[in-house]
Amino acid sequence: MTALPYHLQIVNLLAALLLLISFAMLSQRRVIGLVTLFAWQGAALALSTAIVAWSTGQHHLYYSAAMTLGLKVIAMPWYFYRLVKKLDVNRVVEPMINIPTTMLIGIVLVIFAFNLALPISEMSGTVTRSTLGIAMACVLLAFLMMITRTKAIPQVIGFLSMENGLFFAATSATYGMPLVVELGVALDVLVGVFVLGIFIFQIRETFDSLDLKHMEKLKEK
Amino acid sequence: MELFWLLGIPLTGGIFLALWGYRRHAPEINALFSLLTLAVAALLTVHIVETGPMMVANGWFFIDSFNVFLVALTAFVAFTTALFSRPYMRIEQEHGRLNATRLRLYHSSYQIFIGAMLLALTTNNMGILWVAMEAATLATVLLVSLYRTPASLEAAWKYFILCGVGIALALFGTILLYFAAEKVLGPGGNALLWTHLNDVKAQLEPTVLSLAFVFLLVGYGTKVGLAPLHSWLPDAHAEGPTPVSAVLSGLLLNVALYAVMRSKVLVDGALGNDMAGALMMGFGLLSVVLAAFLIVRQTDVKRMFAYSSIEHMGLITFAFGMGGAVANFAGLLHMTMHSLTKSAIFFAVGHATQKTGTQLMDDIRGLIKTNPTLGWGLMLGTVAILGMPPFGVFASEFLIITTAMHEHPWATPFLLLALGVAFAAIFGKVQPMVFGETELPKLPYQPAQTPVFLHLGLVLMLGLFIPPYLAAWYKQAAQLLGG
Repeated sequence: MTALPYHLQIVNLLAALLLLISFAMLSQRRVIGLVTLFAWQGAALALSTAIVAWSTGQHHLYYSAAMTLGLKVIAMPWYFYRLVKKLDVNRVVEPMINIPTTMLIGIVLVIFAFNLALPISEMSGTVTRSTLGIAMACVLLAFLMMITRTKAIPQVIGFLSMENGLFFAATSATYGMPLVVELGVALDVLVGVFVLGIFIFQIRETFDSLDLKHMEKLKEK
Repeated sequence: MELFWLLGIPLTGGIFLALWGYRRHAPEINALFSLLTLAVAALLTVHIVETGPMMVANGWFFIDSFNVFLVALTAFVAFTTALFSRPYMRIEQEHGRLNATRLRLYHSSYQIFIGAMLLALTTNNMGILWVAMEAATLATVLLVSLYRTPASLEAAWKYFILCGVGIALALFGTILLYFAAEKVLGPGGNALLWTHLNDVKAQLEPTVLSLAFVFLLVGYGTKVGLAPLHSWLPDAHAEGPTPVSAVLSGLLLNVALYAVMRSKVLVDGALGNDMAGALMMGFGLLSVVLAAFLIVRQTDVKRMFAYSSIEHMGLITFAFGMGGAVANFAGLLHMTMHSLTKSAIFFAVGHATQKTGTQLMDDIRGLIKTNPTLGWGLMLGTVAILGMPPFGVFASEFLIITTAMHEHPWATPFLLLALGVAFAAIFGKVQPMVFGETELPKLPYQPAQTPVFLHLGLVLMLGLFIPPYLAAWYKQAAQLLGG
């Protein structure tokens, strides 16, 4: 087997890091820790996108990397930090399923994701195709995190981390989506976080807490 | 040119109303913007009917008979809802449930929401379609929680998170679609243009496309309200203000189904079998049956009609899943009928609940005595949505069921059972609301019932007689869907 060029090895390394951070997020009990991990995940994503852009000469990926850096590494974590401080919600919270069990489920999801990605990555012509499985695993792990958390902010970080996984999937399978689509998606995510900010204050005002356990009145009768 | 105005007017309206705030005439301005949108949509429709499909701005927008029909429907219901919301929201404000700040948010988001739906309908780019769908959700999240009650916040949060996850799955589907397209069309923006994809659909990789369709169907299907991902829908409809329930139910669900249909046309071409149709039939049938049995247990009037929306969207999805000229025609007709009737019902229900101050059906009685127009509006709307002749819903349901008998006989008993159960449940609950005994005094004001009777009149007319040009137009659209 021939050795991969260095830059691709770095991309693979970053992909592994991305997966590792996803697992770390699953096991993180504090909200602040979760925000920090989310920022690191964004950084790994931005760096790997930039390296892919450089090694393949796909210039529009630079914009994508810059957007990730600006939004998901700087703006959103900063905003979440402020929100957590202001609302004073940085306590240890136990997820609904205990953490070792969640990790085991996570491992099963990763195996499932690799199997799902196998036929697609075989068809792909990109140099980064081997990381598609990791991207899908990140999406599924973020999904798992959304399910097991009952607090508002962790749920949303799970959602944004899912978006990270999707962007990584787009980069590894097709060198990213067309620029205008990526811009649109970024705009939606930004507006979404803005709406969320308003929303969290509304929830807080009404329930005196951000625990979504209070919000179980509406059941399917 | 019409297209520019079509998208520009709601956007300008949204910005203008945000800046203007809730001053004098804000509701009238809202209605005026909606009227202008409707006028432009009518012009555009005439244009398309005369000259056929057209591409605008280097193929970034594409309009054919299928989406121009939805554009016209969207603009029409948006306008009548704006008319309805004018007196309705004023009374809500007098009752102290809303204040000026929230009404400003309401008017501005309303226009942005309409604009986002029109963008989703007219764009040719599957990626932009996704972006516009997400924008439409975000515009309505804060509208669902407009009353700031615990229940409405919970409903809005559920809507935000569930539709967010759904739409994230749809994004993955779009990425897979781009992945398959890029091999044939080359990288760049053109590879996601629907018309380009449609030209080369036979060459697209079948395995990737079938996987993409599963994600797109589940993703956009969440928004259509297909079971088992429907749980946001009744909450959002019941807890939001009534005009929002009317546009969510009458319009947003259609637009989401439109996105599914555009994908289905591509997948059918690539796969050459009816995998997509079978999936849609499965999800559709499950929604119809599940919703019908859940209707029986409802006590809240808006929740009950929300479940009825799930039932009807399931029926439409089933019809499109069957495919073929007749079923597609019936599906399109049912889409129109459901939008018109369901929004009319929500208008009537809105006034009834406003009057009694509750949404519990047991506490609403004798509407015919307190206000005859309102009582008849609700009764006729209910009879129409239940598919009684001579209303148009009967025609479309009849076509769907006879096609099902012919092509998929196994499904017919389920459909008939579900429709029967829904009929008995809804009629049994609405009847005492309208004709029961009541102590309440007559309504002090005349409710805004013009939109109700306008909608029901159209549904009645289309049930008795579909004008030939309209029928030709539906047939054209049905053909585009692979009839």
